Amino acid sequence: MFEIFVEMFSYDFLVRAVIVGFLVSICASLLGVSLVLKRYSMIGDGLSHVGFGSLAIASALNLAPLAVSIPIVVFSAFILLRVSENSKIKGDASIALMSASALAIGVIVISMTKGLTIDVCNYLFGSILAMTPSDVYLSIVLSIAVIILFIIFYNKIFAVTFDENFARAVGIKAGMYNSLIALLTALTISLGMRMMGALLISSLIIFPSLTAMRLCKTFKSVIICSTIISAVCFFIGVVISYLYAVPTGASIVCVNIIMLLIFCLADLLRRREK
Amino acid sequence: MALIQCVDLSFAYNGNTVLSDVNFSVQKGDYICIVGANGSGKSTLIKGILGLKKQSNGEIIFGDGLKSADVGYIPQQNAIQKNFPANVYEIVASGRLNKCGLRPFYNKQDKKIIDENLNLFGIENLKHKSFSELSGGQQQKVLLARALCSAEKLLILDEPASSLDPSAAADLYALLKKINDKSIAIIIVSHDLTNSFLNSKKVLHLENKQIFFGSVEDYIKSDTAQRFMRSVKNV
Ligand SMILES: Nc1ncnc2c1ncn2[C@@H]1O[C@H](COP(=O)(O)OP(=O)(O)OP(=O)(O)O)[C@@H](O)[C@H]1O
Ligand SMILES: [Mg+2]
Repeated sequence: MFEIFVEMFSYDFLVRAVIVGFLVSICASLLGVSLVLKRYSMIGDGLSHVGFGSLAIASALNLAPLAVSIPIVVFSAFILLRVSENSKIKGDASIALMSASALAIGVIVISMTKGLTIDVCNYLFGSILAMTPSDVYLSIVLSIAVIILFIIFYNKIFAVTFDENFARAVGIKAGMYNSLIALLTALTISLGMRMMGALLISSLIIFPSLTAMRLCKTFKSVIICSTIISAVCFFIGVVISYLYAVPTGASIVCVNIIMLLIFCLADLLRRREK
Repeated sequence: MALIQCVDLSFAYNGNTVLSDVNFSVQKGDYICIVGANGSGKSTLIKGILGLKKQSNGEIIFGDGLKSADVGYIPQQNAIQKNFPANVYEIVASGRLNKCGLRPFYNKQDKKIIDENLNLFGIENLKHKSFSELSGGQQQKVLLARALCSAEKLLILDEPASSLDPSAAADLYALLKKINDKSIAIIIVSHDLTNSFLNSKKVLHLENKQIFFGSVEDYIKSDTAQRFMRSVKNV
């Protein structure tokens, strides 16, 4: 076991990828708790498809992938948030619309320029090797920023997640904190989708918090527990992906599924004991 | 200057006016009871005052340096989802957040006030309990404690006693009196006329428009009150 780690970490690119993946997993699990509880988890899914479309455009124009996808995904996040707040248009329907449109545009752009190559496969299912060194540094800086902002605004994020109307009524700027959550989510998705792929990144947001909520009953413990779960699942997933040469994103998701099942079982046992 | 002055206020949902001609003011240390039948617009008015619903006409003027950070609020129905992972302490503490400004965490002073309010409602022993595992009445007390954490000048309650047992309701009214004595203004929506009239100083009667605003004594003598109280007793 130990030798595997030594071998893995002798590759520089792998070390960098693991650092980024670790940080992004933490960001995703932090935000995931709030998104799942606000019933916004589909936003993550919608944004990842937008991310796919923008990566396709970036590669067609030979631009740096993150420089293109971050602004587009952030912009879409704000639009989705506005639409979800506006009850006239159904939130879930508009997310589905945006997902499908972005996916369609992405596929067309790719097939017109390079044809459906290995790139597309990487965008959809992720690859731990897809990142350039400059991507890596940007990712590290941004994901640390996401974590710090989350900690600074932790109490306010709790308040707007728990009871937005009360928060608004007593003068907490709920709209601003919703936008903050959307911004941080958009950043996390843009950063994480290189590794996890457009189809799987939203699972990084949803799984750890759902798993943690099986056993933890306070907001703080859910946050802490889902962070740990996310990080552990990431490491196990990466090692499996390295050993068996399977796509990283998929193996991380599988580890998350197993973890969720274990927690469900533990919850069941605990209830029976009571 | 009044804390709040409402001038020719009306509210509409999708173009249908549900409340109009509201003209009243809330003074420092006031204790106003809002009465009226179901659907008469009481909750709507409260949401308007809190800025959760925009008026279709008229003006709400805040005076005396009243900011929304000085207000505490208990909604009629708590929209809190079942199984939300949060314990009592986290929730009561969140009432204190509007005093924190840019400060990210609670300081000693905040924690002292949070503890005081937990004690006030006798829920300090529930501190670490999960909110979703409490009874309806216990949940109501938690939300009251949260509201009190944020109420510095004005406390607004929309039917706070509806899920409390008679003795807890009596405790609540006694407590509101104490709070009011500290010159925090109170606006309460209530169907419990006996208790409310015993404690409050003024009455606002709504019937999709304002039909009475004045002191409790004047209200009880008025025809509207006689008619309204008869109709309530018949139920
Ligand atoms: N979200 C809404 N959309 C459309 N109409 C609404 C909405 N909320 C309230 N109304 C309407 O506005 C009117 C006033 O409602 P409101 O909730 O203010 O009544 P209330 O006086 O608080 O009644 P209750 O004693 O039952 O709490 C009602 O006729 C109601 O149907
Ligand atoms: Mg009401």
